[in-house]
Amino acid sequence: MSAYNFAYLDEQTKRMIRRALLKAIAIPGYQVPFASREMPMPYGWGTGGVQVTAACLTPEDRLKVIDQGADDTTNAISIRKFFETTAGVETTERTGEATVIQTRHRIPEAPLGDDQILVYQVPIPEPLRFLEPRETETRRMHALEEYGLMHVKLYEDIARHGAIATSYAYPVKVEGRYVMDPSPIPKFDNPKLESAAIQLFGAGREQRIYAIPPHTRVVSLDFEDHPFVASKADHACDLCGAEQSYLDEVIVDDAGGRMFVCSDTDFCATRQAEGHRGRFSPEAAE
Amino acid sequence: MTPLLSVRDIAKFYGPRVGCEGVSFDLYPGEVMGIVGESGSGKSTLLNVLAGHLPADRGEVLFDTRAEGLKDTLTMSEPERRMLSRTDWAFVHQNPRDGLRMGVSAGGNVGERLMAVGARHYGEIRDTALDWLGRVEIEAGRIDDRPNAFSGGMQQRLQIARNLVTGPRLVFMDEPTGGLDVSVQARLLDLLRGLVREMGLSVLIVTHDLAVVRLLADRLMVMKSGRVVEAGLTDQVLDDPQHPYTQLLVSSVLQV
Repeated sequence: MSAYNFAYLDEQTKRMIRRALLKAIAIPGYQVPFASREMPMPYGWGTGGVQVTAACLTPEDRLKVIDQGADDTTNAISIRKFFETTAGVETTERTGEATVIQTRHRIPEAPLGDDQILVYQVPIPEPLRFLEPRETETRRMHALEEYGLMHVKLYEDIARHGAIATSYAYPVKVEGRYVMDPSPIPKFDNPKLESAAIQLFGAGREQRIYAIPPHTRVVSLDFEDHPFVASKADHACDLCGAEQSYLDEVIVDDAGGRMFVCSDTDFCATRQAEGHRGRFSPEAAE
Repeated sequence: MTPLLSVRDIAKFYGPRVGCEGVSFDLYPGEVMGIVGESGSGKSTLLNVLAGHLPADRGEVLFDTRAEGLKDTLTMSEPERRMLSRTDWAFVHQNPRDGLRMGVSAGGNVGERLMAVGARHYGEIRDTALDWLGRVEIEAGRIDDRPNAFSGGMQQRLQIARNLVTGPRLVFMDEPTGGLDVSVQARLLDLLRGLVREMGLSVLIVTHDLAVVRLLADRLMVMKSGRVVEAGLTDQVLDDPQHPYTQLLVSSVLQV
């Protein structure tokens, strides 16, 4: 399709985004402003992630897109098709084979390697936003490393619920300096933020890019007597039997029936192909 | 004895108008200084300049820092000044809504300054918060309630607890009893007087209520049109006012 430049964005825009990406990698966790463009999709559908992906893609890349861990949701399919059309790159559903993975709300279960880039779609990049509404003030707080307020939120959680009830978008401190919102991934995924892959975060509406370089120290905030716990539903996957993967709860009838399945569809399919079985697998149910 | 706070020739202008001008004084540890004057006399401007909320146009504010002794707070770096205002300084606003986080529980409000200086143990933060709520006469059972469920007097006491929890040495108060009815005022003043004596606090208190300074302040400055017109020991100034404006002020108080 020659009417479009490679990967939709023009070269100047991609240069601008790459400059922001380089700065973001140089200062782990720092939110770099960039001139976000209008994309042919609504805000909230991953306009930031798409721009970062477009700036990273080369014709040799193999792209995977997931939404809440799944390859087959509307959001994932439409973004994958978008790059098939505008960049002509190969796409895949296999985590291990992808070189660029764009994700919404999950980190794949399979460990990522140093030849992979993980691009996050971010709705609200500012971790302090709901505590301090003024942008001028939050920037000053980042600059002066005044992060006491973040713990006030966790304090309130414990005071009200008896435990830290924040279960997604759980704040982290990157390389001992910036407090960062890891986008709305479940806190189960927080330990995976320390990875061999490059992790890039794009917020289109808020016009911010930030990054975690490979092997960067990422610490989830907590209290000494209420340490961070990477929690998940206390079940095994009903399709592949995995006990260490993040699960979706699916209501299956109107009589209280429910099943738990891996939210990472590729991880689950790979395990099923290897012969792992869960409680509701076709053979087991017979 | 070194003064805790030494103010030299402070001036603040709003365009061509004078906010305050030519103010100099020393405040010694454990001393309570009252600043009185009518509305628009520049007393709140002065307090905000001294606390670093407004930039001064002239002068020096020397504070006896723990590490380096007397240091000009107007020229020190912003992180340093903000650190001071979280640890050694406290600021009690007239309207508790300005000084409290209304969406955060009473315990969280008291604990915020502790967490800001690095406390990371929930149980200890909570114990300290409970202790302080007790000291300002708020029941322990209200610790998880938000300030908007509190009465005006309780909000003001909560604001005081939140400010004093890190053991500051200098407290700025801007009309702390404004907007409270007289019996609540009396209790608050009683509480403040106790805390000031117990903790050996130095206080700068701005008010237009002469009864408040009579009870709390050791020394008094009277301001008019941005300038200090009279200063001295509280009883001396109130019982034997020399400046015509002070005489007017003292004679304006209604005797019940």
